[in-house]
Amino acid sequence: MFKIVSKRPLNEANTVVEFVIEAPLVARKAAPGQFIIFRLDEYGERVPITIAAADREAGTVTIMVQPVGQTTKMLALMSAGDFIADFVGPLGRPTHMEGLKRVCVIGGGVGNAIAFPVAKGMHDRGIEVDMIAGFRSRDVVILEEEMRAAVSNLYITTDDGSYGEAGFNTVKLKALLDAGEKYDEVMCVGPTRMMQRVCEATKEYGVKTIVSMNPIMLDGTGMCGACRLTVGGETKFACVDGPDFDGHLVDWDSVIKRSKFYADEQAAAMDHICRITGGVRQHG
Amino acid sequence: MANMRMDKNPMPEQDPLVRNKNFDEVALGYTAEMAIDEAKRCLGCKRPSCVSGCPVNVHIPEFIAKVAEGDFDGAYKIITSTNSLPAICGRVCPQETQCEGQCVRGIKGESVAIGRLERFVADYHMTEGHKDGPPPVPESNGHKVAVVGSGPAGLTCAGDLARKGYEVTVFEAFHKPGGVLVYGIPEFRLPKAIVAKEIAKLEHFGVKIVTDAVIGRAESIDELFEEGYEAVFIGTGAGLPQFLHIPGENLLGVFSANEILTRSNLMKAYLPEYDTPIRLGKRVAIVGGGNVAMDAARTAKRLGADEVYVIYRRSMEELPARKEEVHHAEAEEIIFKLLNNPVEIVGGEDGHVTGIKVVKMELGEPDASGRRRPVEVPGSEYVIDVDAVIIAIGTSPNPLILSTTPGLDATKKGGIVADDATGATSRAGVFAGGDAVTGAATVIKAMGAGKAGAAGIVAYLQNK
Repeated sequence: MFKIVSKRPLNEANTVVEFVIEAPLVARKAAPGQFIIFRLDEYGERVPITIAAADREAGTVTIMVQPVGQTTKMLALMSAGDFIADFVGPLGRPTHMEGLKRVCVIGGGVGNAIAFPVAKGMHDRGIEVDMIAGFRSRDVVILEEEMRAAVSNLYITTDDGSYGEAGFNTVKLKALLDAGEKYDEVMCVGPTRMMQRVCEATKEYGVKTIVSMNPIMLDGTGMCGACRLTVGGETKFACVDGPDFDGHLVDWDSVIKRSKFYADEQAAAMDHICRITGGVRQHG
Repeated sequence: MANMRMDKNPMPEQDPLVRNKNFDEVALGYTAEMAIDEAKRCLGCKRPSCVSGCPVNVHIPEFIAKVAEGDFDGAYKIITSTNSLPAICGRVCPQETQCEGQCVRGIKGESVAIGRLERFVADYHMTEGHKDGPPPVPESNGHKVAVVGSGPAGLTCAGDLARKGYEVTVFEAFHKPGGVLVYGIPEFRLPKAIVAKEIAKLEHFGVKIVTDAVIGRAESIDELFEEGYEAVFIGTGAGLPQFLHIPGENLLGVFSANEILTRSNLMKAYLPEYDTPIRLGKRVAIVGGGNVAMDAARTAKRLGADEVYVIYRRSMEELPARKEEVHHAEAEEIIFKLLNNPVEIVGGEDGHVTGIKVVKMELGEPDASGRRRPVEVPGSEYVIDVDAVIIAIGTSPNPLILSTTPGLDATKKGGIVADDATGATSRAGVFAGGDAVTGAATVIKAMGAGKAGAAGIVAYLQNK
């Protein structure tokens, strides 16, 4: 069992919730870009979440969760002091940072929760980092102070113009590249469509772009192949070969189709939670 | 006087057309009367060839003699003096190619039903317990050993060492121990409650099990030594699924057998109260002919598929699955498409599987494996309409430990190089066995390797 040490919402709209979990074995080795898999209880599914931070001394791992699916919604109903059944990791390969001097990290929505630790990790290693953090609107902005403290230049964009610069984060990225900013690499984390758009944009400018994939997973150790995707014509497993891949080589259409495979089951489960149990398990 | 009837006592089973709609165990087990009657068919050979066919050297004629006398407790003691997991072996060993394949009664008639007797004795013991109380827990000898992976190799190694007083900790990446016994082999063939009870017996002997621990990521083998473990046994299995590398393999509705079996067995997706989803559809094709293919096919049927095809490129004679599983599958209305080889998985515009294109094969000259090589019949391609395809053509060793442990030699196929007799690897103090060494094989071979590894570790620590 793994204890929830603390829990806090990261924005006014409560669309992203931060959990600090007591997991010393995971905390010891966790590096930016890696993920964990958690399971709420005996009946739960295994859900992958990227590691946001790890405190080796305290033996804790921080995750930031958007309560949108059955499991994440149930997790969001839990409180500090509660326990979850399983919390395993660190899984996947850490984000590659060797040899990089200047990077633009671009995040979309809750993806910023994953982009932030990567940006911070790079900055801590002496890499110069610009960060573009895109959100839908002002009320869902997260981690502004933390991001500003961790990077050289932070640009916040909102789709509706209610905060920062108006427009998609890709617009800002193009503006920076047009203005002659040079990056060794663009690192991109966010919704699949957004990552695809970023890759289309950077391809024109010939800037290498790394994306952090978050497909359907089961075991997270290379055993099942549920998370496979096509990269440069080859089949890769996101859990062991990734989660970071060269975005210009990813077959985005199939990624988008695969991510929706269990949409019907998920919708049915949500309906079940809301109408029958009110979000709390009745059995067991 | 031995019972000279030619055939085995048949195994009581659930009706095929009832059981293919539920996940309850198919084989129901012998009654005491059946077991005693069957045991009397054993001739008690002075030089028993059956034992030489057993990777863990169960003293077969001796335990069967006890069964014939009705001394089931005595039989249990004899079995468990060499085998830590009898309820599991009795269910999943390919006896026809091992002990029973060597039985002299099999020359004219059917062999003694050794597997069924082993299962009976183990199950009897699980219900009745020890007549004279639980076996004594050995005193610790102070030596710490780490076992990586809690499948049949790791559990056997841990059990053998714990019985000798070693302090054994088993590290498991999943949330439940058992490895392939819990994620791979279905409930209807090996109930998970049985696996849990066998593991509880090992814990009784002092084996500690740490779940959610991915060795190679959370901790390296070298760090285990730094923590005071004096030897490490690697039994991480062959978890990496192989795919066919034909067009359409990444379509929606194409799964590895590992994925479907893990969803169903480990995550219990077939039960409504569990959250993990599983969806196959009404027509399902399984590619492959091994035990895993049979398990996947029978699982698909139980999940509600009307038509389940097993597509295999050779003939029934070469089909590698245990014969009993093939018979069970046929009785459960699984459709065998033999001498058919997949060439493409076809899909619709939505990216979902609609069918699998196969080419017919005929058998030519024997190949290196001694089996007749299948050859394509030109122009014989046709499409079988299906909603899902499950690939069950084998698995490779998981590379995680090899890639994170310096000095550990690998085979060409990605296995760990280890000595057959001792499990010793190229690193002092590191032992390995089971599918992680050989690639995908059987539960009992992995157990044999776990046993060898335990003996190797004992010798290593005594001479250190």
